[in-house]
Amino acid sequence: MEPFTVHTSRLAPLDRHDVDTDQIIPKQFLKRIERTGFGEFLFWDWREEDDYHLHHPRFRDAEVLVTGRNFGCGSSREHAPWSLQDHGYRAIVAVSFADIFRNNCTKIGLLPVELPESEVRALIDFAHEDHMAQVHIDLPEQVVHMPDGRRVGFDIDPGVKQRLVNGWDDVSLTLNDEALIERYENEREIAGAGTAWLHDR
Amino acid sequence: MGKTMFRKLWDAHEVRPAEDGQPALLFIDLHLVQEVTSTQAFDGLRLAGRTVRRPDRTVATVDHNVPTIGRENGISDELSAKQVEALERNAEEFGIPLFSIRSRRQGIVHVIGPELGLTQPGMTIVCGDSHTSTHGAFGALAFGIGTSEVEHVLATQTLPQTLPRTLRVSIEGERPVGVTAKDLILGTIGQLGVGGGVGYAIEFAGSAIRDLSMEGRMTVCNMTIEGGGRAGMIAPDDTTFDYIEGRPGAPDDFEAAVERWRSLPSDDDAEFDREETVDATALAPQVTWGTNPGMVAPITDRVPDPEDYDDPGDRESVRRALDYMGLQGGEAIEDIAIDTVFLGSCTNARIEDLRAAASIVAGRSVAPSVRAMVVPGSMQVKARAEEEGLDEVFRRAGFEWRDAGCSMCLAMNDDVLQPGERCASTSNRNFEGRQGKGGRTHLVSPPMAAAAAIAGHLVDVRSFDADLVGA
Repeated sequence: MEPFTVHTSRLAPLDRHDVDTDQIIPKQFLKRIERTGFGEFLFWDWREEDDYHLHHPRFRDAEVLVTGRNFGCGSSREHAPWSLQDHGYRAIVAVSFADIFRNNCTKIGLLPVELPESEVRALIDFAHEDHMAQVHIDLPEQVVHMPDGRRVGFDIDPGVKQRLVNGWDDVSLTLNDEALIERYENEREIAGAGTAWLHDR
Repeated sequence: MGKTMFRKLWDAHEVRPAEDGQPALLFIDLHLVQEVTSTQAFDGLRLAGRTVRRPDRTVATVDHNVPTIGRENGISDELSAKQVEALERNAEEFGIPLFSIRSRRQGIVHVIGPELGLTQPGMTIVCGDSHTSTHGAFGALAFGIGTSEVEHVLATQTLPQTLPRTLRVSIEGERPVGVTAKDLILGTIGQLGVGGGVGYAIEFAGSAIRDLSMEGRMTVCNMTIEGGGRAGMIAPDDTTFDYIEGRPGAPDDFEAAVERWRSLPSDDDAEFDREETVDATALAPQVTWGTNPGMVAPITDRVPDPEDYDDPGDRESVRRALDYMGLQGGEAIEDIAIDTVFLGSCTNARIEDLRAAASIVAGRSVAPSVRAMVVPGSMQVKARAEEEGLDEVFRRAGFEWRDAGCSMCLAMNDDVLQPGERCASTSNRNFEGRQGKGGRTHLVSPPMAAAAAIAGHLVDVRSFDADLVGA
C-alpha cells in the first residue's frame, strides 16, 4: 500500500455521529467483484439531502474527512474504506471510530486520526467558515497542525503507525514469521477441529 | 491474579506475542467465508502467487446474495450470480469445502457453523462479516474482519491483533414472561449505547445469560457488534456441551474435549477493565424506533421527542432519525402500523426462534395489510421446522415460507422494502436504507414480530393469549 507520512489538505466536514458503513456505501454496490472504482458510490443515498455537503464543489477536492463519534459502525465491509479512499480521502479525523472499520482503513493506507470532540468541532467550524482552510497531518510526529496554527497530538498504535509510515503489506510481514506459524501448528494447534470432512458430505 | 476467558483464549492462540511495538500474531482455528467479502481476497492471493494455507480450517457458504425463492432456477440478478460463481470457482481452485445454493446444508454462515458443530469452545473464529461475534456464544473468540484481513487469514491462517480491553456485562435476574434474548441484548445496547462497547472484548455473564439456551446466547453475542464490541463471548457450560454433542463436527473424543472446555471460563478472581450490570427483571419486550440499534424503547413506551435530549448532537440525531422513520415523536409505540414482517437473519432465524414465533401465529391470521415472510437461517433449520409442521402454521396464517439466506436483513437479494414501507424485523440493523432505500425498520424479537404481523401494528406480545416460549 501507499505509505502515509505527512499530508496537507483542505477539510471535508461531515457533522454527524454514528455514521454506519451502510451509509458510506449501500449494499447494492457490494456485488462488484473489483477492488477499485467504489468512490463514485460514496454516501450514495445521502447525496440529495440539503445538509450533505461532501460532493459540493467547495469540499469535493478536500482529502481529509472530519466527522463525529463512532464513525464506520456496523458492517465489516471493506468497501467502505475503499470508497472513501477511491473518492480521494487520505485521512479521516473523527471523535472515535468503530473497531473493524478502523482496522480496515489501516490495511489500505487510509489514516484514521482520533481527536477530542472539541478539536473536531473546531475543524468542522473552520471548514464551514473557510473552505480553503487546511490541516497538515504529520504521522511520524503524531501531530495535526490546525488551521489556526495550533498543534494537536493524537495517539496511534505503534505497530499500525510503523506499517502505515512504511506502506508495509501485512501478509509479507507475517510470512517472515512462517517458521513460528509452523511451530504453532505442530505443537499447539487444537487437534481435530477442521473442515476437511465436509468435502465428503 | 486469575485470567479472564478472553485472555485464556488469546494466550492459547499467540503464535507470536506483542513485542517491540508490533501486535501479537494470533492463530485462527476456523475461517468462515462468504461471497460478498471474499472475491477480492482470493484475487489478492492469485496476484501475489500465494495459496490458502489451511483449507482444512476454512469453509465457505453463499448467503448474502442468494434468492430465497425459486432458487432451482438459478440466480437471475447478473451481478449476484457472478459473485456467487466467483466463490464457487475460488473454493474449487483452493480446495475449500463450500455449501452452494443446491446444498441441503446451505445457510447463513453464522447459523451453519454452530449447527454443523464446527463452532466449538476455545476456538478463534473469524469471517468477513461483522456478525461473526455470534460464535462467541460457545466460549470462542470470534470477530468480524475486512477483506484485507480475509486475504491475510487465507494466506497465513493468522491475524496480527492489538489487545482489546475487557468488559464484563452481567445481565442478572429472571427474564419476565415475553422477554427474550433479543430483548436482553437490545435493552443492553439501549443502556450502553451503540458505541458503548468500542475497543472492548465483552463477556456476557449473569444469571439471565446462564438461563438462556444456545440459540438465545447466539442472539445476544450476535448483536455485540451493534454495541460496538469487538467480540462478545459467554462461558461454555453444560448447555453448550449438550448442544454440540452429536453434531457432525463434534470432536471424536468428546469427553476429553469437554474436560478441556471446562477450563475456559474466567477465573473467579479475574479482573475486567470495566464492569456493567443490566437488570433483566426490569426489561419489557423492546422495539427500536430510530435508525440505530441503540434507539430502542420498551413496547409500552412512547417514541421520544427530540426536545427530551439535552445534548444538541443527540437532539439532532434523534430529529434526523424520526424524520427518516416518518415519526413525530411522542406517539405510543403500540400505535405504529406496519406493512411488512421479516422473520429471519443470523440474529433470529434458528429453530427456537421459529418455534417461538409459530406459537404466537398458531390459529391466527396475518393482518390483511401486512406482507409477512419467514426466512429460515439454514436449509437444515428449514427442514427441521417442516418436520415439526411449523411451515404449515406459518403458511396457514398467511406467511411466505422461504429458503435460507440473509435476505431482507440487508436486502442484497430481491427481498427488499419499498421506500416508506415499514417493517417489524427480527434482524439486527435498523440503519437508514438497510432493508431497502427509504425502508423503515423496527427491530424486535421473533414473538414480537409474529404478534405485529397478526395485529398489523407494533403490539405487546404479552397481550396475546398464547404460550410464550422464550427464544
